[in-house]
Amino acid sequence: MSITIDSEKCIGCGKCAEVCPGNLIKLDGKAYIKYPKDCWGCTSCVKECSVNAVKFFLGADIGGMGGLVYTRQRGDVLTWVIERPDGSAKEIDINRKESNRY
Amino acid sequence: MKLRKLSTDVLIIGGGTAGCYAAMTIAQNSPDTKTLICEKANIKRSGCLAAGVNALNAYITKGCTPQDYVDYARNDAAGIVRGDLLLTMSENLNSVTDHLERLGLVILKDENGNYVTRGKRNLKINGENIKPLLADAVNELENVTVINHINMTGLAVSENRINGAFGFNVSEEIFYSIAAKAVIICTGGAAGLYKPNNPGFSRHKMWYPPFNTGAGYAMGIRAGAEMTTFEMRFIALRCKDTIAPTGTLAQGVGAKQINSLGEVYEDKYGLTTSQRVHGTVMENISGRGPCYLKTEGITPQQDDALIKAYLNMAPSQTIKWLESGKMPSEQNVEIEGTEPYIVGGHTASGYWVDTDRETTIHGLFAAGDAAGGCPQKYVTGALAEGRIAALSALKYIASKSIPEISEEKISENSSRAEKFLNTKGSRFSCEQLEEAMQTVMDRYAGGIGTNYRYNEKQLAIADERISQIETLTDELCAEDMHELMLIYELCERLTVCKILIAHLRARKETRWHSFAENLDYPERDNENYLCCINSRLENGKIKIIRRRLIKEGERYEHNDRQ
Ligand SMILES: Cc1cc2nc3c(=O)[nH]c(=O)nc-3n(C[C@H](O)[C@H](O)[C@H](O)COP(=O)(O)OP(=O)(O)OC[C@H]3O[C@@H](n4cnc5c(N)ncnc54)[C@H](O)[C@@H]3O)c2cc1C
Ligand code: SF4
Ligand code: SF4
Repeated sequence: MSITIDSEKCIGCGKCAEVCPGNLIKLDGKAYIKYPKDCWGCTSCVKECSVNAVKFFLGADIGGMGGLVYTRQRGDVLTWVIERPDGSAKEIDINRKESNRY
Repeated sequence: MKLRKLSTDVLIIGGGTAGCYAAMTIAQNSPDTKTLICEKANIKRSGCLAAGVNALNAYITKGCTPQDYVDYARNDAAGIVRGDLLLTMSENLNSVTDHLERLGLVILKDENGNYVTRGKRNLKINGENIKPLLADAVNELENVTVINHINMTGLAVSENRINGAFGFNVSEEIFYSIAAKAVIICTGGAAGLYKPNNPGFSRHKMWYPPFNTGAGYAMGIRAGAEMTTFEMRFIALRCKDTIAPTGTLAQGVGAKQINSLGEVYEDKYGLTTSQRVHGTVMENISGRGPCYLKTEGITPQQDDALIKAYLNMAPSQTIKWLESGKMPSEQNVEIEGTEPYIVGGHTASGYWVDTDRETTIHGLFAAGDAAGGCPQKYVTGALAEGRIAALSALKYIASKSIPEISEEKISENSSRAEKFLNTKGSRFSCEQLEEAMQTVMDRYAGGIGTNYRYNEKQLAIADERISQIETLTDELCAEDMHELMLIYELCERLTVCKILIAHLRARKETRWHSFAENLDYPERDNENYLCCINSRLENGKIKIIRRRLIKEGERYEHNDRQ
């Protein structure tokens, strides 16, 4: 369970590092994950990044197949993008004003 | 390290669920009181609520009463609860829920504007942004200051009265000494004591936040505060691998627990929280594993709703479904028990408090997962306790002035941190010692590896080994402030483990399968153990204290403390 940060895309705003509940992300001009094995998988950092540099994946030890996840935000809608290794992607829109059905 | 001295009226340690709400309560009831929250991460996404939550699990629904909630929690804990704490918490559940809604939490309502309930006690919500909502509300308060990224490590106590607390910045070399009239501990529970489900790369994919390391318990234990019911561990039944919650599947789409033969087994073992875990363990031992939640056959619409619901609280489960290409309607969801945690919001372990949530140290209060005696708190119960503790702290500080923390106390605490920073090289790394601790707890104190069971001999070994590992921590060295934090976290966990083992040894019965299953005493013993097992550190020794169960309607005060 962890994240990757694309340093090409990162603009060094520091928001991901600021919110990580484990203080696992550090900045050296750009952000990097210093303690990948300590990641809880909460995706807080993913939701902070406005340029989609942070992506989240499942470790192979818990069944990960190489997919990467990031989010986009427009108003109340949080869009989750799941990129599969074959290049295909699935987008799921969630309206923050709508409750879970279950 | 630089030393920074601060002072405040009320210090809140941990800006999670209970901590944020305690600050809001103080600001609302006493706008001039100065409150300081010290949080190890950033209150925007720290603690249990980081990823979001799936429902409000504790609410008094139409036709039910607070007493019903007390009865439910007491039954689930096989009697070991504090009625006074449960009732006062339950009476606050609905008003804090209303407040959450006013802050912007989306709660599902029917066409008449009434909350839609899930079962008898739950409300359906969109809980993804519950923590940012609380944090925004706190950040707006005038006399509440939040210091993020400060790891609190110890309490300043003299003559059993609180004077403040110590901590350090997690990246800069700054040590804090904070004087306060009252302190509220809201640091949550303890994870990472036992070997986790996935000890490799995904070792931190656990249910409880791996960053809640039992710091609040450890500080109190070392300062001589009394703790209760640590032996009632919490083990969650979760989706395999992702450790995502199962309630949404069980209660949302009515999925039953089945074994590999397809037989529903939950009614065979009982429906309390510990019995559900125990049943799953037993089916596996009997060769009928793996166990599942039966989702095959649900509709594609239900699949869609589940995919969204999980993104709002445990996104890894949704990713797992999408990556495997098999939706829950096509494949049952495998379940497993987690490693044991100490968490006072689910079971009854934590600080021994009076009805007002004051601990046995004068002026030190506890709320949420840090406070004991009051299980099944969940989000709303943590808020409720945050409120109760805050109101009590306000009463306590009424005629007090800010105390002094002696230079001696400050240097005693800061020099310990300096020592780790100044040491160059050590035989073992912090990581190695953490693994050693988790392995010992797993093998000898009832971890996943022994199906959560233990006997007296094993507990004695666990105690000895944990003490040995504790002595090795003295030699550790820290290259930077993050590493320093990791050392303190390890020491906190070891302190919690010691107390936990002492409690497991003290309850010589099996009241709850899995949570505390002693193979030397496999039966329940109501004659001797219908009581609270408490502990206190006295001159370096753990003293076990038995206390009677307090009933709802009673007001409990500490009448035998210093
Ligand atoms: C994954 C998960 C899902 C859950 N889902 C639900 C649900 O759907 N419905 C429900 O009702 N309940 C749910 N719960 C339970 C509920 O969230 C908790 O019981 C409640 O939030 C606990 O609140 P707390 O304030 O005690 O702890 P937290 O909210 O965890 O707060 C503890 C805070 O203390 C900070 N801290 C820790 N150590 C230190 C230190 N040394 N110095 C400074 N700060 C420190 C932490 O960073 C954190 O911010 C869930 C819990 C978890 C873990
Ligand atoms: S997913 Fe959560 S724990 Fe992991 S790096 Fe991001 S913010 Fe930190
Ligand atoms: S939030 Fe995104 S852009 Fe900002 S520092 Fe992190 S990775 Fe870089």
